[in-house]
Amino acid sequence: MTTLAEDRKVVEQRRSSHVVAETLFRFRELGIVFALVVVVAATTIDNPNFLSASSIQNLLSGAAIIALLAIGETIVIVTRNVDLSIGSVLGISAYAVGVVYRDHPHVSMAVVFLVALGIGLACGIVNGAIVTIARVPSLVVTLGTLYIIRGIDGAWAGGNQVNASMLPESFNKIGYGTVAGIPYLGIIAIVAVGIATYAMRTFRTARDFYAIGSDPAAARLAGVPVGSRVFLAFVLSGGIAGLAGAFWLSYFGSVDAIAGVGYEFQVIAAVVVGGVAIFGGSGTVLGAALGALLLNTINSALVVVNVSSFWSQALAGGLLLAAIAFDRLIALRVAPALRTRRRTRG
Amino acid sequence: MAERELKPADEVPSRAPRARPGVGILVRWESLLVVLLGGTIAYGAAVSPYFLQSTNLFFICLNVGEIAIMALPLTLIVVTGEIDLSVASILGLTGVLMAELFKHGWPIWPAMIMAVVLGAVLGAFNGVLITRLGLPSLAVTIGTLTLYRGISQGILPTDTIGGFPANLASIGVIPIPHTHIPYSIAFFAALAVVFAVVLHATPLGRAVFAIGAGQEAAFFAGIRVKRIKFWLFVLSGTLSGFAGVLWTLRFASARYDSGAGLELFVVTVVLLGGISIFGGRGTIAGVVLAVAVLGCLQTALTADLIPSQDQNIVVGALLIASVIVPNGGDLYRRARVRLRSAAARRHAAAAQSEGS
Repeated sequence: MTTLAEDRKVVEQRRSSHVVAETLFRFRELGIVFALVVVVAATTIDNPNFLSASSIQNLLSGAAIIALLAIGETIVIVTRNVDLSIGSVLGISAYAVGVVYRDHPHVSMAVVFLVALGIGLACGIVNGAIVTIARVPSLVVTLGTLYIIRGIDGAWAGGNQVNASMLPESFNKIGYGTVAGIPYLGIIAIVAVGIATYAMRTFRTARDFYAIGSDPAAARLAGVPVGSRVFLAFVLSGGIAGLAGAFWLSYFGSVDAIAGVGYEFQVIAAVVVGGVAIFGGSGTVLGAALGALLLNTINSALVVVNVSSFWSQALAGGLLLAAIAFDRLIALRVAPALRTRRRTRG
Repeated sequence: MAERELKPADEVPSRAPRARPGVGILVRWESLLVVLLGGTIAYGAAVSPYFLQSTNLFFICLNVGEIAIMALPLTLIVVTGEIDLSVASILGLTGVLMAELFKHGWPIWPAMIMAVVLGAVLGAFNGVLITRLGLPSLAVTIGTLTLYRGISQGILPTDTIGGFPANLASIGVIPIPHTHIPYSIAFFAALAVVFAVVLHATPLGRAVFAIGAGQEAAFFAGIRVKRIKFWLFVLSGTLSGFAGVLWTLRFASARYDSGAGLELFVVTVVLLGGISIFGGRGTIAGVVLAVAVLGCLQTALTADLIPSQDQNIVVGALLIASVIVPNGGDLYRRARVRLRSAAARRHAAAAQSEGS
C-alpha cells in the first residue's frame, strides 16, 4: 500500500518537475529576462553606478548592433543554416559608408544607408545563391565568404582609416543621440525587433522558414519553395548586416579594415542563448535580441566587478555552450512529458 | 543527427555513384589535384626564378606544417560526418599554456608535454559535449572556438612570451640536417602514413567510413559510433596541441591570437583533399596532395607579392570551389532537367495555343 502511495508521489514529483522544464522550454524569453535581472541586481549591489542613466544608455547602444545582427542570424538559423560571414559584411559595409562620406562629405544620409544596404544584400545574394543553387552546406560557404569578404575589405582599406572628423555631425548623432533618455540605436533596434517579431509570427513566408528548419523534406512535400526561402533568409541576413555596418560606424566613429572581426561568434552566441535552436525550426527574434542584451550586460558587468574585458570572448563561448547544453537537457526532460500528454489526450 | 545538420536545408544530396571504371581514373579527385598542383607549381615558377630551387622546398613545407598536422585528424572527423572548427583555438591556447608554464620556471620539455596533454583535454571536452550530450559538432566547436580563444586572451591579453631555449626554438626554422625538409613536415609525413594505413587498411578505418555513410546502420552493425567519435575529437585536440607546440617554437613566442583564423586553412585542406563534407568518402592521399597544393600556392602568391589578406580571398574561394565542384555533375543534371521541363512546358503551351 505504502509503495503505491510512494509511487504516486514519485509520479507527482516527476510531473511537477516536467512542468517546470516545460515552462522553461516554452517561455525562454522569461528565463533570459530573469537572468538579466539577476545580473543587473548583483552588479548594482556591488556598484550602484551600474544602474545610472548613462550606463543603461551604453548598455542599450552596445547591445543594439548585436541585436540587429541577431535578427538576421535568427532567420538563417531557423532554416537550419548558419551565416558566419555577417561580421565581415558589417566590416566592409561600415568601411564603404566611411569612404562615401570621406569622398563626398555632403551626400544625403539616405544614399549612405542605401549603399550599406546594397552591399549587404549583394553579400547575402552571393551566400544564398551558392548555398541554394550549388546545394553545399552553409557552414562551408559562409566560412569561405567570411574570409573572402574580409580579404576584399582588407585589400580595399589597406592601412587606411576613416575618422569621426570625416563624418558629418548628423550621422555621428545616430550613434550617440538620445530621445527621452533612450539612445537612437536602442530605439532602432527595438523597432526592428518589434517588426521582425511580428513578421516572423504572421507572414506565411516567415512561417515557411520554421517549416524548413523543422524538416526540410516535409516542407518540400508540403509545397514550400525551400530553395527560394533559404535564399531569402541569406539575403535578409546580409541586408541587415549591411545596415548594421552603417550603424556600427555611427556608434564607433572610425573604421578600418578590421571592423567587426569576430562579431559572428558574439551574434551566434546571443542567438543561441536567446533560445533559437541550432538545429533550426524554433526560436524567436525577441529571444535572440534579449540574448544580445544579456551578453552585452554581462560583459559590462564584468568590467564593473573588475574582471578584465579580455575575458568577454571566453564568456561568449562559454554561454553559447551552456545554452545549447541546457536546451538539450531541457528537451530531454520535456520529451517524455509531451509524449505522456499526447497519449492521455489521444 | 549531426549528419543531417551539415546537409543543405533543401535536399538530401544524391550520393552519385562513382564514375565508370576506365573513365574513373581520369576524373578521380586526386587526378584533378595533381593537375592543380602542376598548375600551381607552373605559376610559382613563372613569378619567381627561385621557386623551383631545392631550398624553396623548405619554405613551401614550413608554411603548412601545422596546418597539415591538424588536417589529418580533421579528415577522419569529416569522414564521420562531423566537423571540428576549434583546432586553431586549441593551437593558440596550448601555445599560451606552454609559454606560461615555461615563464613560471618549468623546464621546456614538461611544458611542451603539458601543452599536448591540454590539447587532448580540450578535444575530450568537445567530444563529451558532442557524443555524450548529443549536441551538433558544428555548434559545439563554434562555441569552443570562441571559448578557447577567449581563455587564451584572458590569460595573455597583450603580451607575448618568448625566450625559449635556442636549440629547441631552432627546430621550427631549421631543416632536418642534410635535407630541405622542416621537422614539422617530417612529423606530418610519418603521421600521414599511420593515418593512411589506419583509415584505408584496418577495421577501425572501415568503421569510420561506415559511420559517415550511415550512423544508424553503423550502430546496428555493431560499431561503437560514440566511442569512435569521442576518440577522434581527443585525437584532433592532441594533434592540435602538438601543432601548438610546433607553432610556438617556430615563431619563438606565444600570443593569444597565435594561429587565429587557421581553421579556414585546415578545413580548406581537408575539403580540397576530396573529403566529402557529407561524410563517408575521401582518402588521406587526397589530403596530402591538398597540403602540397596549399603550400605551393601560398609560397607562389607570396613570391608574387600578394599580401596575406588577399591570399585569404584565394583560399576562401578555393574552399567554396572544393565543395561546389564535386556537386558539379549533379548541378548540371538538375539544370538540364529544369531546362528540358521548361522547354516542354513552352512546347505544350505553344501547341495548346495553336490548337485553340
